[in-house]
Amino acid sequence: MLQEWPWLEFGCLLPALGALLLFRVRRAEHARRMASWIGSATLAATLIAWRNWELQPQHVPAWSISAWLGVPRALELDALSTPLVPLAALLFLLTALATPMTKVRRFSFARMLASEALLLATLACREPWGVVALLAASTVPPWFELRARHRPTRVYALHMGLFVVLLAGGWAAVNAAGPHGDVPWWTWLPVLLAVAVRSGIVPLHCWAADLFDRATFGTALLTLIPMPGAYAAIRLLLPAAPEWVLHAMAAVSLATALYAAGMALVQTEARRFFCYVCLSHSALVLAGLEAVTPLSLTGALCVWLSAQLGLAGFGLALRMLEARHGRLLFTSFHGLYDNTPTLAACFLLAGLASVGFPGTFGFLGSELLIDSTVHGFPYIGLAAVLVAALNGIAVLMAYFRLFGGTRHSMGVALGMRFRERFAVLALLAAIMGGGLYPQGGIVDRHRASRSLLQVRHEIQASRALFVKRALRKGEN
Amino acid sequence: MNLDALARPLALTIVSAPACLVLLLGGACLVERPLSERAASRAAGLANGVGLMATLALTVLLLGQGRGRLAVDVGQWVALAEYQFHVKLLADRLSLAMAALSFLLCGVVGAFAARYLHREPGYQRFFVLYAVFMLGMAVTSLAGTIETLFAGWELVGLSSALLVAFFHERPAPVYNGLRVWVVYRLADAALLTAAVVLHHVRGHGDFEVLLGSAAWPSGRTLLAAPHCLTVGLLLVGTAAGKSALVPFSGWLPRAMEGPTPSSAVFYGALSVHLGAFLLLRFAPLLERAPLVCWLVVALGLITAGFAALAARVQADIKSALAFGSLTQVGLIVAEIGLGLRWLALAHLIGHACLRTLQFVRAPNLIHDYHTLENAVGEHPDHLGRSSPAPGPVRLWWYRFALERGYLDSLLTDYVARPVLSVLRFCDRMEHAWTNFLAGSRSLPSDRLLPPPLHMDQPS
Repeated sequence: MLQEWPWLEFGCLLPALGALLLFRVRRAEHARRMASWIGSATLAATLIAWRNWELQPQHVPAWSISAWLGVPRALELDALSTPLVPLAALLFLLTALATPMTKVRRFSFARMLASEALLLATLACREPWGVVALLAASTVPPWFELRARHRPTRVYALHMGLFVVLLAGGWAAVNAAGPHGDVPWWTWLPVLLAVAVRSGIVPLHCWAADLFDRATFGTALLTLIPMPGAYAAIRLLLPAAPEWVLHAMAAVSLATALYAAGMALVQTEARRFFCYVCLSHSALVLAGLEAVTPLSLTGALCVWLSAQLGLAGFGLALRMLEARHGRLLFTSFHGLYDNTPTLAACFLLAGLASVGFPGTFGFLGSELLIDSTVHGFPYIGLAAVLVAALNGIAVLMAYFRLFGGTRHSMGVALGMRFRERFAVLALLAAIMGGGLYPQGGIVDRHRASRSLLQVRHEIQASRALFVKRALRKGEN
Repeated sequence: MNLDALARPLALTIVSAPACLVLLLGGACLVERPLSERAASRAAGLANGVGLMATLALTVLLLGQGRGRLAVDVGQWVALAEYQFHVKLLADRLSLAMAALSFLLCGVVGAFAARYLHREPGYQRFFVLYAVFMLGMAVTSLAGTIETLFAGWELVGLSSALLVAFFHERPAPVYNGLRVWVVYRLADAALLTAAVVLHHVRGHGDFEVLLGSAAWPSGRTLLAAPHCLTVGLLLVGTAAGKSALVPFSGWLPRAMEGPTPSSAVFYGALSVHLGAFLLLRFAPLLERAPLVCWLVVALGLITAGFAALAARVQADIKSALAFGSLTQVGLIVAEIGLGLRWLALAHLIGHACLRTLQFVRAPNLIHDYHTLENAVGEHPDHLGRSSPAPGPVRLWWYRFALERGYLDSLLTDYVARPVLSVLRFCDRMEHAWTNFLAGSRSLPSDRLLPPPLHMDQPS
């Protein structure tokens, strides 16, 4: 019975409808509560869709919303997107749940749900043009937020405009050569640059720090943590791009991972610090995609998942602190440990999980990435080691700055509320559970990497055959 | 019942006893239902006792069967067609000795801390970190693969750094904790790089494959000499960071900011010896690289000489004991470099026990001195002899020792500061570029900033 319903489409449609509904809701607390319920329903729908896919991957539901609307079916799960879609839904739900009272007036839940709908649709879309269109559309809600907050939008608009133009133009150029065409080398360049802009690859990363500085923390988190740039790389570049494109991407990504990890050490403000930690992780995931072997790809996909979970917990903890304390500067100690010991522990654990500390899911992901790249691409493994070391230092530095160094005396209680504790502990349970029993997660990512590489090999083989035939025709 | 069938549950008990303690104490704190002081210390004592008993039983079992080593394959943590992550524990003379020592000293210090930290606000935090440390020591001691060893190594490092910053309401312990963490992370990076290189050349991190299947201290590696040199140098770097050998010695006196029980068990007894343990574990590999062996001897002797000098001018007992520890660690490392493995192990165990006793007695030192003065009838300082060196030389050495060999300043001025300066310059450029693009004078975060406080600020 459950298998005949289009749960994935429900999952994408619910937040979209919720966004339309919430645009009319004026009471902030009411909007937060509704967003939480809609987020919960979305998460449930995506989990059911995942379960259905696991039971029968080839099964098509008896009826679908797209068929009812008379448009072609565009959304479907595959091995790559199965955990990513529910994970994204979970991330949005926990962000809504953990939004403190002091922030509900400034944080737009309607825009959050609109972003969620677009992100879920992107992650569930396999059609390249669909991915391009959805990625382009997902750049809009943060821009509206900057406008609504009367903040300069130019940095964001310039970079995202560039991203959309490069992505759409580049993909049109790649497609113009036909499915088997011998694409000139430069046609891949715009797509590569578009991925670099969206992933915050140096020197095209300034928009990310600017967004963290000017937008609400929640919006910035939800824009960066799901790493849609890596998804674009997997859907658009990985299947058909020549080796040199992937090598170039890996080289700039490694440089970015190291640079961002270093920059996180010298940040004097918590949001920017978090932004650089995010950029470092997303760059490391991109670098891991280069060595197109099943194991390295599995490692990169595992790091992607673990970094998302770890960074989500880390970011939410930071957001909760900011809600209680205002903008957090690293130029002085805050000494908040005694006021919020559980939040301090969650902050530290999530931060360490994001850098692959033993006992967390990230540990195995990093191990896999390093082990698998050590033969063909040892520099990726060595860079990953350095990045983990630097990010680990940055995490503990932030922890000490925020929770130590002095005793914070405040008349009001700063402890976590139930919703907040639930959000952070749920993420920690996922991180630790994945660390103690990683087999399921890693087998799943291995299956995804195999299916991605199979597609790549098929395309490469058909292209080689096409070129051979063309040469033979030329000789005749 | 055969040996293997008994050994597996015993080896698992050694690791799982502290793991259960971590889950119990850590989980209770996370859900904000901490155990009472008595319950926490009893749970720690129980985990310690179970771990120690299991270690002793495994030792007796091995000795009874006349076997020098036993590899316990716990199972595959992850198994794919092309990749397996084996969790393997190794019970031999070195690992069991280290595990027994860890449980014994942790037990003593746990009992001491239960009274010493009574009604201290961070009591629960201390015992959570203590449990993490014990777990790290158990995993590191019994590790049968370099990946397992690395996991334990990291846990030891994290708990140590957090315990240095135990009194986190003051800035100095926090600076010092961060300093210790930075050195540890760099040392960890060297260890992980060594693991990467070993995987690259042998495709395995299994000690049986890398170091041969003969019982410790025998063993012969099949790695080629150049590989042994590379891995050996990385391991020496790791050991130098963890055991505070020159030039990383500066973190050891800083680590004394922590409470006395943690100073005793971590920096006096166990953590500071982990570098020596690592070198002992990889001794067959070092043997194939004579250059590394000589480097180890030189590093050990230089550290011992430097620490002996610095210990003489310390004004507080914990710093003096820290440098005293370092002197002995330097000698142990030199013994390893000379191939005297049994001597080094015996030295390590004896020194760890003695130093724990000295550290836990340290808070009573003034009382002890009063007793001594009453017995002798004069101030004990008058009994010492002055140095025979001429005045200017003596003054120079005195300054050198007082400044702890200028090692911290050298690392800060010539390593950390240049790197941070470059990064800060890049940060300023980024701010300028973003402001230029935005057409605004400054980012919101710029407007909030007072003059920066750097992570390399002296304590």
